[in-house]
Amino acid sequence: MNSAVVVFPGINRERDMARTLKLVSGSEPAMVWHAETALPSGTDLVVIPGGFSYGDYLRCGAIAARSPIMDAVRAFAGQGGLVLGVCNGFQILCESGLLPGVLMRNQALKFICRDVYLRVERSDTPFTRGYNAGQVVRVPVAHGEGNYIADGETIARLEGEGRVLFRYAAPDGMIDPNWNHNGAINAIAGILNDRGNVLGMMPHPENHVEPSMGPTDGRGLFAGLVDHLARAA
Amino acid sequence: MTSNEPKITPELVAEHGLRPEEYQRILDLIGREPSFTELGIFSAMWNEHCSYKSSKIHLRGLPTKAPWVIQGPGENAGVIDIGDGLAVVFKMESHNHPSYIEPYQGAATGVGGILRDVFTMGARPIACLNALSFGDPNHPKTRHLVSGVVAGVGGYGNSFGVPTVGGQVRFHTRYDGNNLVNAMAVGLAETDKIFYAAASGVGMPIVYLGSKTGRDGIHGASMASAEFGEGAEEKRPTVQVGDPFSEKLLLEACLEIMAKDCVIAIQDMGAAGLTCSAVEMGAKGDLGVELELDKVPCRETGMSAYEMMLSESQERMLMVLKPEKEAEAEAIFRKWGLDFAIVGYTTPSKRFVVKHGGVVMVDLPIKELGDEAPVYNRPFSDPPKRPVLKAESVRPPMALADALERLIGSPDLCSKRWVWEQYDHVILGNTVQRPGGDSAVVRVNDGPKALALTVDVTPRYCEADPFEGGKQAVAEAWRNLTAVGAKPLAITDNLNFGNPEKPEIMGQFVGCIRGIAAACKALDFPVVSGNVSLYNETQGRGILPTPSIGGVGVLDDFTGSASLAFKAEGEAILLVGETVGWLGQSMYLREICKREDGAPPPVDLTEERENGDFVRALIAGKTATAVHDLSDGGLLVALAEMAMASGIGAKLDAGPVDTPAHAFWFGEDQARYLLTVKASDAEKVMAQGRAAGLQVHQIGMTGGQALALPGERAILIKALAERFEQWLPMYMAAGAA
Repeated sequence: MNSAVVVFPGINRERDMARTLKLVSGSEPAMVWHAETALPSGTDLVVIPGGFSYGDYLRCGAIAARSPIMDAVRAFAGQGGLVLGVCNGFQILCESGLLPGVLMRNQALKFICRDVYLRVERSDTPFTRGYNAGQVVRVPVAHGEGNYIADGETIARLEGEGRVLFRYAAPDGMIDPNWNHNGAINAIAGILNDRGNVLGMMPHPENHVEPSMGPTDGRGLFAGLVDHLARAA
Repeated sequence: MTSNEPKITPELVAEHGLRPEEYQRILDLIGREPSFTELGIFSAMWNEHCSYKSSKIHLRGLPTKAPWVIQGPGENAGVIDIGDGLAVVFKMESHNHPSYIEPYQGAATGVGGILRDVFTMGARPIACLNALSFGDPNHPKTRHLVSGVVAGVGGYGNSFGVPTVGGQVRFHTRYDGNNLVNAMAVGLAETDKIFYAAASGVGMPIVYLGSKTGRDGIHGASMASAEFGEGAEEKRPTVQVGDPFSEKLLLEACLEIMAKDCVIAIQDMGAAGLTCSAVEMGAKGDLGVELELDKVPCRETGMSAYEMMLSESQERMLMVLKPEKEAEAEAIFRKWGLDFAIVGYTTPSKRFVVKHGGVVMVDLPIKELGDEAPVYNRPFSDPPKRPVLKAESVRPPMALADALERLIGSPDLCSKRWVWEQYDHVILGNTVQRPGGDSAVVRVNDGPKALALTVDVTPRYCEADPFEGGKQAVAEAWRNLTAVGAKPLAITDNLNFGNPEKPEIMGQFVGCIRGIAAACKALDFPVVSGNVSLYNETQGRGILPTPSIGGVGVLDDFTGSASLAFKAEGEAILLVGETVGWLGQSMYLREICKREDGAPPPVDLTEERENGDFVRALIAGKTATAVHDLSDGGLLVALAEMAMASGIGAKLDAGPVDTPAHAFWFGEDQARYLLTVKASDAEKVMAQGRAAGLQVHQIGMTGGQALALPGERAILIKALAERFEQWLPMYMAAGAA
């Protein structure tokens, strides 16, 4: 798997992401600075990691979405290339028009870092083939602005087309406002674009991959991608 | 010198916090009247915060050496060797006064400042901790301060990208006008790539790096060197504004130029900004420094030399560059979008010369600026010894079960989840043990080596007996590290006290330092960095003496670290250490009996060491399945914490007949640990303890869903956990209503 991790000034989970990609796929990702205008040739997967691009001093992700490299990312996605945005990466994908909707401040108006439970809604996508539909996975979140919202029509389309891949849930998989820490509409934690090749999600699967460190539920996402790309090749 | 600077008058001198005799010292030193800018520089260099003039002679008594110490106090941070060519760089520093005036920015820049201290030395920060002390929860400002400080600590660390893995939060009315924010940063470097502040070589370029200079923070260090009176809030303009985004860029750029071997010396601009950093680099290298202020990147126009020299704008560094590397270093800084300007050169003159607009504004002897700062041996008086409180004299006002429920839901003992969930504690993917345990455990690179990190102090003990309290703070930090299985290596101390000009406050300070020194020596646990914060007084009332101790230990294999949660039902619970039932200064006495008196528990350092070594060996041998050190609240509170962390209860045996039950279960005798072992191992472990001359006794078995004490109602773990988690969120929510 040839992955590329895009690094904007202020991104800070690029090392976590690179380590996980290496661990699961066996190959080092290319680190691509935001000022570049092209992705390395042969890239299979573009990852936009978490952090605070440009300090998030403007709307989260708004400045990064206008960086030179994003034209290349848009073109890559337009050709069906796989793009994963996590946390700030999700915000950047929304701001760049690759995904609909927006991430508002958490309902409680505070940054929250904790393990949450996600219900995997589908397993027939490149991003979730490592899981079973309905499976509950435990992964951490760490964000102040993860409260997903879009207009009613967009939400209806996302739901109707099965593009919500992850929802915040109770450990038993029930959707429950007490287990939706940021107040996202329909407990949405991660969504796909209409073509099914771009995923944005708030939680950090890359932080739960090593057995010696604790839970490993995040691994399935990356293992599934490796598997998908191996079969496609 | 220019004529448009204000004339020096006694009033102006006093406004700069300099006493008449200190001003006379300046006149004697330079043989003329200083310019206005020079006066500002003296005031910045000679205030308490920068000069340690009241504390210096006492700090010399602290043990600072061990075979694993690479750098002790005196640099930006301490450095210790953890083997494999790796070094840990760490320090703790206070940002108390700014955090009271402007809680969010005060706390944020406290975190920013300590991170800079660590990466200035070439280390990548891998963890932060903090110790926060707030006033009485019922004080009208407390909620606002908690909310702002916690958001500020998180706001900076989360954005910078370092996990905040541990800390302390306490409340006491004595912090009403003076909350404490002590921030600790820990970084990792290679032992042969540590960078220092001392300049070398004449004619070397001095480079200004990072953010631009503004008018913020002028006189911040002087503010930190005076008591608060009424109207402290009016000092808000002296608080700096933090920019974690710039700091993250500065980190990456600094580590990159260091890796490219461009740097001779480097120093962050912290307190007293450009002044302190330039003087320190020159003085430590036996060189002069000449600065050209017209080259300094400024955020606003028309800044005077005085303002530029005293600005405490954040996220700035000063560096002595290898001249042949200039282009390479500049390209790296430009890539990260940061300012890079050559603002001066090292000179052979040993003078500190500052030019602005072609005029010499400052011309001072550089070494004397630091070395000749006044040093005071202030009078101090030992506080009267408090009588030892006999356990029999304390009548228990309620049943043990009720007292436990009340204690576990009290402000100091309740869960601090509301706080640490606002800190990203998992970023970098190396957090093995998250907040809430005895120590955080953070993996080093890809392991198996790991660091154990903790912050601790018990201010009420320090108040009652500074010497024992100082000992206890170090012993407890050592115990916290031991309880996860780490070998304790070194500490950083952050000494927060009141006005040193009062003999009784100075007595607290001197007593605590002596206690710290005694414990460091007995436990081979040297001080490698630290910070002193005095004048923590408002309207004449000082804080509780609070010498926060940040401890660092090492584990050879993080997968073998111990945690406090019970692991299984049917395991034996062992108590290591002697329990006499010491209630003086205990949480039980304060929260249940509403008394704060008596002598604090004494610390037997030999026992401390023997018990700790015994427990550490049981962890290393994988015999101990869960471990928790005993501290605030004593035995029953510790048991409750182990039970709540696991959801597994315990059936407990009756305490000894000759000790009152409430003293046995809630006394705060020191040097104690609780651990669980397989039932079949219990006899063997107790025999080992006896053979070593230690007190190791079984006090019960794990199991069930309650803590079951003989003759008491069962205490359900679930109900206890609800109380534990409830207080802080409810308290904070009440303010929002």
